[in-house]
Amino acid sequence: MSPSHASDVPVYNPRNYLNSPATGLKSWLLTQDHKRIGVMFLVAASVFFAVGGLFAMLIRIELLTPGPTIMDAMTYNRLFTLHGVVMIFLFMIPAIPSGFGNFLVPLMLGAKDVAFPKLNLLSFYLYMLGAVVALYGMVHGGADTGWTFYTPYSTTTVTKVVPILLGAFILGFSSILTGLNFIVTTHTMRAPGIGWNRVPLFVWSIYATSIIQILATPVLGMTLLLVAVENAFGWGIFDPARGGDPVLFQHFFWFYSHPAVYIMVLPAMAVISEVVCAFSRKNIFGYKAVAYSSLGIAFVGFFTWGHHLFVSGQSAFDAGVFGILSMFVGIFTAIKVFNWTATLYQGSIAFKTPFAYFVGFLFFLVFGGMTGVAVATVSLDVHWHDTYFVVAHFHFIMVGATVMAFLAALHYWFPKITGRMYPEGWGLVGAVMVILGFNFTFIPQFLLGNEGMPRRYFSYPERFWALNVASTAGASVLAMGLVIVLVYLLVALKWGPIAGPNPWHSRGYEWDTASPPLPENFEETPVYTRGPHEYDEESYANPPPVAPEPKHAS
Amino acid sequence: MQASPLAHHFENIEKQSHAERLGMWLFLASEVLLFTALFAAYAVYRYLYSDAFAEASRAIETWFGLVNTVILVTSSFTVALGLNEAVKGNGRKTGLWFAVSVAFALAFLALKAVEYSHHFQEGQLPGRYYSFHELQAPGASLFFSLYFLITGLHGVHVIVGMTILAVVGVKAARGKYTATYHTPVELAGLYWHLVDLIWIFVFPLIYLV
Amino acid sequence: MNDLLRRMLFLPDQASDYARQVDGLHYFVIITTMVAAAGVFATAIYFFVRYRRRSDTDVTPRVEPKAIHEVIFVGLPLAFFLVWFAIGFPQFAKLQSPPKDAMDVYVQGKKWMWKFAYPSGPNSVDVLRVPAGRPVRLLITSRDVIHSFYVPALRVKQDALPGRYTQTWFNADRPGRYEIFCAEYCGLAHSGMIGELVVMPPEEFDQWLATQGRGVAGSQDGAPIAGEPVRRASNVIEEGRRLAGEQGCLKCHSVDGTRHIGPTWVDLYQRNEKLQSGKSVQADEGYLTKSMMDPAADLVAGYQNVMPTYQGKLAPPEAAAIVEYIKSLKTPAVQSGPSEGPVYESIPRK
Repeated sequence: MSPSHASDVPVYNPRNYLNSPATGLKSWLLTQDHKRIGVMFLVAASVFFAVGGLFAMLIRIELLTPGPTIMDAMTYNRLFTLHGVVMIFLFMIPAIPSGFGNFLVPLMLGAKDVAFPKLNLLSFYLYMLGAVVALYGMVHGGADTGWTFYTPYSTTTVTKVVPILLGAFILGFSSILTGLNFIVTTHTMRAPGIGWNRVPLFVWSIYATSIIQILATPVLGMTLLLVAVENAFGWGIFDPARGGDPVLFQHFFWFYSHPAVYIMVLPAMAVISEVVCAFSRKNIFGYKAVAYSSLGIAFVGFFTWGHHLFVSGQSAFDAGVFGILSMFVGIFTAIKVFNWTATLYQGSIAFKTPFAYFVGFLFFLVFGGMTGVAVATVSLDVHWHDTYFVVAHFHFIMVGATVMAFLAALHYWFPKITGRMYPEGWGLVGAVMVILGFNFTFIPQFLLGNEGMPRRYFSYPERFWALNVASTAGASVLAMGLVIVLVYLLVALKWGPIAGPNPWHSRGYEWDTASPPLPENFEETPVYTRGPHEYDEESYANPPPVAPEPKHAS
Repeated sequence: MQASPLAHHFENIEKQSHAERLGMWLFLASEVLLFTALFAAYAVYRYLYSDAFAEASRAIETWFGLVNTVILVTSSFTVALGLNEAVKGNGRKTGLWFAVSVAFALAFLALKAVEYSHHFQEGQLPGRYYSFHELQAPGASLFFSLYFLITGLHGVHVIVGMTILAVVGVKAARGKYTATYHTPVELAGLYWHLVDLIWIFVFPLIYLV
Repeated sequence: MNDLLRRMLFLPDQASDYARQVDGLHYFVIITTMVAAAGVFATAIYFFVRYRRRSDTDVTPRVEPKAIHEVIFVGLPLAFFLVWFAIGFPQFAKLQSPPKDAMDVYVQGKKWMWKFAYPSGPNSVDVLRVPAGRPVRLLITSRDVIHSFYVPALRVKQDALPGRYTQTWFNADRPGRYEIFCAEYCGLAHSGMIGELVVMPPEEFDQWLATQGRGVAGSQDGAPIAGEPVRRASNVIEEGRRLAGEQGCLKCHSVDGTRHIGPTWVDLYQRNEKLQSGKSVQADEGYLTKSMMDPAADLVAGYQNVMPTYQGKLAPPEAAAIVEYIKSLKTPAVQSGPSEGPVYESIPRK
């Protein structure tokens, strides 16, 4: 047997999670269905992505000229702070895990829902509450500390830091609850036949992400609370005038925030593992290597935070240890890159939009990863630390890798979520613009960093001018690409052609149900006799998933 | 008539209990990390200002801490007794033991409040409010910042734990749980043991340096 | 070759041997990155073409890795990473251990200026003079928030932390002028906190240092490198203008009426200033001089206490010259009133 034939007329599943049990606003706001919660997360995160992107554009326009262009220094400082806060806490951290993760993890495990649906809804409302509190802070004065909130600047600034810190604190709880839910779901809700060696790679990566969310987020929460207490009441924990140590803040902060980078990038790797298999129609090369390297990144990620402090007066020994450990993250990433590339070997590659984003992802991850290891090479970091080189490096990873994966996921699972197809031609146009625009934006920033331009600069000496103009030009192409994507996806939402349950002929478990899925996911609990990434003759010969015999019949 | 405790998306009650227990343990791990941040800060500053911390620790009265330790350990014991009754399906007795535990928790909080008022009178306050004249070494105000942060956060946990015990205790007394399904009783107990355990760490750090 | 690569990568001048060594590692890292990336992408592109989908019903063989594949996947990058580290770490360790014979300079970061003090007494604002070819150790601290002392041409950077000293060192071997940036975000004028490193031939430096009296603020800062004739101020106001520039006053006080970090000097003389204490004061000569020596004493409402004291840094005639200069900045057309709220205005360019 071979992939099901395209001659089957696609049908739109009439009874799906979108229209039943009800369609009213209330039925959405009070839903405990993981799919609806996932969709709400996706919509909210996308809105915040647009807001953060708007801030980014304003920043780039301001940097068009060496002096003031469209705003003053205070506005600029607030903008880059808000850009960081919105993009990281409101978009990057929740987008793939809470959005796609919620939608897909139970479907990929053959489960009816996540383990704790009520906690799941609570997580969404905590997210909204955190966002509202943070937005309140932004509207009423904003903060000018940078998203890193370094003390003692953050404890002495006159701007409204406290609401934004509290917002991030609340968002942390949302993140913890989601992570907790996924770990328990993965352990206890797998359908018959899904042993640990058949857990989809997407779920593996989300699982690794969840571990970080549970263990690192409370430390950040505490740290931000300490800064808020210090800022509001002067308790002196990080205040050198009272014997406090401002560098201790950096240790605490990066103990969370470096692993948080992996909260952002592991889900991206999760998406890519699925996309590369589906579009090369090939089993993943090295399932165990890809799965375990996710856990490796999650584990090692806890012991690399010191590489943010190479120039803070850290001893050479500490710097050496943190440098070496940071390189291991590079090794785990390299394993994944090589295995994804090797997966293409002898495949059947369809160059669809998600695959185009995979290509972009690969490019950005390779350069972002390699520059990451370069930055871990301690003496080079002394020059690059806090310059645009670092800005370009982490945008390569966080925008390059994560946003590419987000867009790949959006296109790959668009038919699963909505039951409709996006226009393929426009999809490719959008992908090309986004990938090129992104390169034009950030490659000049690598060079600016080499040249010595520090980050968070409102104005700059004229020798940095040309590269800044190039970067802004690239950013406008990127923005246009994203607008195109937004427009055709909105159009496809209503007028896209019916996709059918599995338009990609993917073997992922989530495609074994109707599109859009039923409210209860599967008509009956499926039983699997094959892995989620198998495309060879033999696996097709295995019988399709069947329902177990109902218990009462026996 | 009462609804079945089995949620629609679980196959059977064992799986659900397993999931609930696993979730609780993960949550407790998260809680531990929350306190770890404060303990780490404590360790760093105690290393930097070991003399001032020793002095400050001597300046606060140990017997408050000692009595509170005894109270909390006893309450943990009564919670365990309550759980024991729940296993037997004896909901009413569970409720009784939990009520005793809540009373102990209230006693703990009352004593803590008295202790706090002492600190206020002495000026043993955090950061810029510090005005304790007998000890003016650098770092002393940091001790009290950390003291209030750690005991304050622990106090919040006591209040939360107490509320959970009260709610679960009432439900148990009304016969909501059975010998086969009493996971909430178990989890409430687990949480209370964590609150107790954290205090076991806090006590020597603050009172017995 | 060095120069070609340096220009291709947009790296700034190399003012020390250390900078050249770091750049050597930089080239090695970039070249290995490019080669590795080219390898991955060439393979991927070959696969895209060779294994493109030919029919919608393609079935693919099952390919499983052998252990050796994963070993290569781990070993190859690890080997390169370790080589990078083996070169980079000793360089960092070297940067952490200044030679014993290094000359010390104390560096203090402050919103938003750099102050440099030599053990023999002289000090200066925003201009660091060092001799070429001699190791210089910097002992760095901060008065307020975290700053970071960064000289791109030396490939050297070190955070300035309030309440403690950090150190770094360099041995600049090319006389010239190089930029000093603040690399750690420190607020409103972070990007304006730009100083200058002047590397002088050693003899000229010795000569310069010898002419600096103890406590007299580097009165030749901003003056041309020794050898060029020193301009004589034509009158007191001119002298005040020159001093204000050298001492960094104009970094925070504008002379064109725009609001800035400190109150503008235009029409400052005789103006009624509302103080933070609620009182108000007329800005006469006494107030102006006092504000230079003890800036925090009578803070104008709406401004932060960021100005360093110039006690001991300005000789009395110099302070008087600056006061005279301020008095000269009078525009009858501008109405004078209490200074307005916090300064969130744009920073004028030099």
